[in-house]
Amino acid sequence: MPNQGNCDGEGGKALRVLETGNHLVALAVRAAGVEVVPAYPITPQTQVIEKVAELIAGGHMDAEYIPVESEHSACAALIAASLTGARAFSATSAHGLAYMHEMVHFAAGIRAPVVMANINRALGPGWNIWCDHQDSISQRDTGWLQIYVASHQEVIDSVIQGFKITENWSVMLPLMVNLDAFVLSHTYTDAEVPEIEEVREFLPPYKPRWKLDPRFPVTHGSVVYPDDFSETRQSMQIGQNNARRVIKEVCRDYAEVFGRWHGDMVEEYLIDDAEIAIVAMGTLASESRVVVDVLRQEGLRVGLFRIRFFRPFPIEEIRSLGERVKSILVIDRNYSYGMEGAVFTELKGALYGFSNVPVRNLIVGLGGRDVSYELIADMTRKAISGELGEITWGDSRITPSHRVTLECLEEFKKLLG
Amino acid sequence: MVTLKSLPEEELFLAGSTACHGCPSSLALRIAFKALGSNMVLIVVASCTSVLQGSYPLSAINVPLLNIAFAAGGAGASGAVAGFKALKKRGEIEEEPTVVMWGGDGGTYDIGIQSLSGAAERETNFIYFCYNNEMYSNTGTQRSGATPLGAWTTTTPAGKHQHRKDIAQIMIAHRIPYVATVSLAYPLDFYQKMQKAKSIVGTKYIELLAPCPPGWKFPSSKTIEVSRLAVQSGMWLLYEHENGETRFTAATKKIIEGKVKKRPVKEYLEMQGRFRPVLEKPEGKEAEDLLEKEVTESIRRLKGWVPEYI
Repeated sequence: MPNQGNCDGEGGKALRVLETGNHLVALAVRAAGVEVVPAYPITPQTQVIEKVAELIAGGHMDAEYIPVESEHSACAALIAASLTGARAFSATSAHGLAYMHEMVHFAAGIRAPVVMANINRALGPGWNIWCDHQDSISQRDTGWLQIYVASHQEVIDSVIQGFKITENWSVMLPLMVNLDAFVLSHTYTDAEVPEIEEVREFLPPYKPRWKLDPRFPVTHGSVVYPDDFSETRQSMQIGQNNARRVIKEVCRDYAEVFGRWHGDMVEEYLIDDAEIAIVAMGTLASESRVVVDVLRQEGLRVGLFRIRFFRPFPIEEIRSLGERVKSILVIDRNYSYGMEGAVFTELKGALYGFSNVPVRNLIVGLGGRDVSYELIADMTRKAISGELGEITWGDSRITPSHRVTLECLEEFKKLLG
Repeated sequence: MVTLKSLPEEELFLAGSTACHGCPSSLALRIAFKALGSNMVLIVVASCTSVLQGSYPLSAINVPLLNIAFAAGGAGASGAVAGFKALKKRGEIEEEPTVVMWGGDGGTYDIGIQSLSGAAERETNFIYFCYNNEMYSNTGTQRSGATPLGAWTTTTPAGKHQHRKDIAQIMIAHRIPYVATVSLAYPLDFYQKMQKAKSIVGTKYIELLAPCPPGWKFPSSKTIEVSRLAVQSGMWLLYEHENGETRFTAATKKIIEGKVKKRPVKEYLEMQGRFRPVLEKPEGKEAEDLLEKEVTESIRRLKGWVPEYI
């Protein structure tokens, strides 16, 4: 809860608070005027829904909380609530997101403009509650828009921007706000939460284009034969394409009203004169910003290109990057087994036919392994000097306690001789 | 007194349905719509009813309808109920529409039981309607948790070896305010139970035995006759459960009170092709006896909820 009251010094209405990333999600949900929140608890998301439940119970938020019995149900209730014309939100993580996968597709297919926070966490087995992006990357092809945030303040602003983007009639696709487990979800930082009235002006109550209305009965999600199905899917791609423009407009307007800018599709840092660009998402991008500063002090021309929206994918922005830098290092906190890091694949796909700039892939931070700026700096130096292989699992450790997993890995490599 | 002639004339189930001939779900929708009126919303989980609406861009259902995933019935209804509550608070609507979830036995007994149970435990204000055709008819007649002992399905080619679940009793165990069973052969009993369900706040569970002509292998003109014999033989018991008490209704009441003689289960089984494989075998008699025993047990269990028999 706010611990300092109004103190932005500018006479504005924002509240400065010292809160966890998870609680900030809840405060943003309240500020956004969300009316229905179905949710099921999972570490590390629990504080989001606990806070929402507490705000509602305490009379600080006027919304329906549905304590569903599974994530599959959470997403089903989210969809149905949205289709009545109410503004609906949910939050989940990892196994929860995987468990609702069917409904994740459903939400996009039935064009429910909902926002869901996903606290990025590894998928087991082995059980691991810590951060990586495998959960949301695995939902890549569902039709949702995906934001990856890099700071506490961006958590709040992305939830509010998210509703404005998804509810735009030219988009009407659900939106996932992804924040890194523990790095953002459980750490406290001060942040600014806009007042409800101020947000209401920016984001008026949801006006649905279609809904469940007895005065105008419509059948939603009926049987669609092959003669029509492809067009329904094309319309989802049109929504994604339209979102590129809507995202830019919303982020620009948001900056005008609230004075904060986190980038739109992407965020660039010292790219203009850079020879090598580090491409990253989420808090690894924040870590990489430090790397840029450190390496620039060494005289290396390094820049940061943070992918903020993974869906729609920033194709044009990446093609422009390909024209401006001499090499690219992509950091993936996920892995597409049998291939490579997902961002690496996608980035190369966007560049194909437009740029021959060499691209390297660094796989780090899976299952919450700490990624230091020193490690990224070291790998970036190697990338510059041409020592880095195409794909590098960059953070394997050799300490006595980790030797068991490492030795098993070596044994497994030898199995085929 | 409700009579067939006094039922509302307005049809919310329009022409152009793609249902099979003699489809029990389409007959049931017609009666349910008449009882509930047009200020309602229908949620339909994957089932024959997803298919019989007609196909995009046309629909034979003249109430707002949300088709939702197989396992998501109770949750979909929960979301809709919460959404309408929010709209009413916002002043967008004056009266919250009746939310009705419509699913088959697969979507209720098997894949949907978690979602249904959750919605009931949360005391969600909606009607859950299960049309139980005792098999996965939509996917081509596979076994479900509602398939009775002895019945042939494509996944029980030698007849099912296990008894069916008694899910209405599971719903009673949720302490919801209203549970009722209905039959197409007793439309006024059906109509009145739907109207009562509409008038009660909380979770209401209504279950219809839905004889499926292609799945059960009987002529499509016999849906009502098979429905009637199911009740007369005790294989489908008609009752309602309210405020912790059960009340037998229609023909079941007369059988329990001894005013009408219960017909043998054998007659009911012989009307349907699905029991023929087991009845033709030596163990056919055993299956018949086990089903008679099941009927006796079900009646005894239900009587435990009826004040005059306790």
